[in-house]
Amino acid sequence: MRVVLAEDLFLLRDGLVRLLEAYDFEIAAAVESGPELAAALAELEPDVAVVDVRLPPTHTDEGLQCALNARRDRPGLPVLVLSQHVEQLYARELLADGSGGVGYLLKDRVFDAEQFVDAVRRVAAGGTAMDPQVIQQLLSRRAADDQPLGRLTPREREVLELMAQGRTNAAIAAKLVVTERAIAKHTANIFAKLGLEVSDDDNRRVLAVLAYLDHGR
Amino acid sequence: MTTIETKSGTGRTGTRGVGRAAVRGLGLALVTLPGAVLCFTLTLVSLALIPIGIGIVTTPWVLTGVRAFADWRRVLAAQWCGVQIPSAYRPVPEDANPWTRTFAMLRDPATWRDLRWLPVDMTAGFLTALLPAVLLFYPLEGFALAAGLWRVFPDGYWYGFVPVSGQASAFGAAALGLVILFFAHFLTPRLLEAHFRLTRAVLASNQGELAERVRVLTETRRDAVDTSAAELRRIERDLHDGAQARLVAMGMDLGTIEVLLDKNPEQARKLLAQARQSSVDALTELRDLVRGIHPPVLAERGLGDAVRALALRLPVTTEVEVDLPGRADAPVESAAYFAVSEVLTNAVKHADADRIWVDLHHVAEGAGLLRISVTDNGRGGAATGAGSGLAGVERRLGTFDGVLAVSSPAGGPTMVTMEIPCALS
Repeated sequence: MRVVLAEDLFLLRDGLVRLLEAYDFEIAAAVESGPELAAALAELEPDVAVVDVRLPPTHTDEGLQCALNARRDRPGLPVLVLSQHVEQLYARELLADGSGGVGYLLKDRVFDAEQFVDAVRRVAAGGTAMDPQVIQQLLSRRAADDQPLGRLTPREREVLELMAQGRTNAAIAAKLVVTERAIAKHTANIFAKLGLEVSDDDNRRVLAVLAYLDHGR
Repeated sequence: MTTIETKSGTGRTGTRGVGRAAVRGLGLALVTLPGAVLCFTLTLVSLALIPIGIGIVTTPWVLTGVRAFADWRRVLAAQWCGVQIPSAYRPVPEDANPWTRTFAMLRDPATWRDLRWLPVDMTAGFLTALLPAVLLFYPLEGFALAAGLWRVFPDGYWYGFVPVSGQASAFGAAALGLVILFFAHFLTPRLLEAHFRLTRAVLASNQGELAERVRVLTETRRDAVDTSAAELRRIERDLHDGAQARLVAMGMDLGTIEVLLDKNPEQARKLLAQARQSSVDALTELRDLVRGIHPPVLAERGLGDAVRALALRLPVTTEVEVDLPGRADAPVESAAYFAVSEVLTNAVKHADADRIWVDLHHVAEGAGLLRISVTDNGRGGAATGAGSGLAGVERRLGTFDGVLAVSSPAGGPTMVTMEIPCALS
C-alpha cells in the first residue's frame, strides 16, 4: 500500500516512516510542506495520504486545505489528517462531501501502533477514522437536548461511540469482548432508536451516525 | 471609563423637558450658590492659614471637598445635558503626610482651575442656572396679575416694562408673560446647557482630554501588565505541576524499565504502559495549556473560525454569524477571542439559556471597528460590577481601547456588545 506522508517536524516524520514501513506500507513520499504535498498527491496517486494539519510555509491549516483540495480534484482520495488538537469544525469539513475515506486523529494516537495502523488501513479502504475526542464532543453536545440519544442504554452508547469512530462490528466486538452477534443486535437497536435507516455497508453506516450527531449545527 | 453612557435630555424641547430644565436649574442655583461660596471661602481661609501651620492640615480636606463639588457638577453635566467635562486631577498619595499632600495638590493646575471656577460659578453660573426657572415662573406672575392680583397693588406695579394700574394693563402684563413663556419654551433647556458649557469652559483644561487619555492609558497599561504577569504565573504553575512532573515520572519509569528488562520483563511491560500513559497525560495537559494561551484554531484560521470552533464545544446551541473581510492584528484577535470565550462561559454558567447568538462584524467607518455581540435568551441580570467575569473582559479590552456594554434586564435577554477599534488586513 503506497502512502504519501506530510509532516514538518523531522523527528515525527522519521518516526512515522519507520512505523509505517514496519507494518509493510510503501512510503511513496515523505514531504514537509504544503506545496510539496500538493504536488505529491497530484503526481504519485497514493493509496492513502497521512497529513499533518499545520504545515509550512504558512504554518496555518495548510495541510488540511491541501487534503481538502486534493479530495475535490479526486473525490474519495483517502486522507488521514493528524493534528496536535482536534476540532469539530475541521472534522465537519472533512466529512462534508459524504464520500468517506477520511480520518482525523490526534497525534497521540500514533502511540498505539496497532490501532493507528488499523486506522490508516481503514481509511485507505474508504472507511472512516474519527478521533474519540471528536466523538465525545459531538455526543456531549447532543446529549443535553437529544431525546433519542437519552433512550440509549449505557452499552448502546458505548457501541455508538465506537461505531462513530469508524470501527466495524468485528472490531467493536473485539474491543468490548462480546460476540459480533451481540454487537449487531445493539447496532440494530441504536438505529431504530435514532430513527436511522439500517445499512449493511459499514462505511455508509458510520457516515449516517456522524451526520446524525452533527445534525443541526 | 469604558462603559458607554447613555445620553439623556440634550436640548429636549417638550413641555416636560422645559419644566424639568426649569426645576433642575432652580435646584442647581439654590445649591451651587451657597456651595460655591462656602468652598471658595473655606479654601481662601485654609490657604491663608498655611503660614501658621493649620492650613497644612486643613487644605487637603478642603480641596478634596472642592473636587467632590466639581466632580458632582461633572456628573450632572453629563447626565442632564450630555456635556462631558473631563476630570484631570493628578493622583494624590493617600498615606503621605499632610505637608506632601497639600503641596502635591497645590502644584496641580487642576486645583487652580477649580478655584478660578468657583467665583464664576457663584455669579455667572448662578444666573445661568436660575434663568430657566425665572423664564418659566415669571410669566405665571403676569397671569396672576391679570387674574386679579393687580388689585392688591393699588399704587401701581411694574411687571417687566409694563406699569400695571388696572385690569387693562394687567392684561398687558399677561400678554408679556405669554411672550416670555413662548421664548422660555425654546430657551429653557438651552440655557441649562449653556450653564454647563460655561462650567466646562472654566473647569476643563485645554489639556483635559490629553490628561484623561494619559490617565486611561496608565490604568490600562497597569491592567495589561498585571494580567500578563498573572497569566505567566499560571502557565508556570501548570507546567511545573503538570507536564513537567509527568515527564520526570516518565523518565524515572524508563530508567526502571531499563533495569527490569532482563530481570523481570513482566514488570517492565507494566511500567512501559504506565510511561506511555504519562506521555498521553502530559500531552493532554500541554494541549489544554496551549488552548488557554493561544488557541490553535485562532492561529490557523483566524477569529471567525476560532469562535465557530468554540461555539461547537459549548453545551448550549450557539449560532455564529461572521462578517470579517480580513484578519485583525494577532493581539486584537486574541483579546477578542478570549473576551468572547469569557462572555460565552458566563452565559452558559449563569444565564440558564438554551440558545446563544454570536455576531462578529467589522465596521469600516473611521479607522475601523470590530463589533461583537453575544446574545442569550437566559434569565438576564448580568452585571459588569467588580469581581464579575465581565469586569475582567472590560479590563482586557481596555488595553485595546475597546469597550463593553451590557444590556441584561431581569428575565432576559442578555446582550453583551464589545467594540474594539482596529483595521483588518
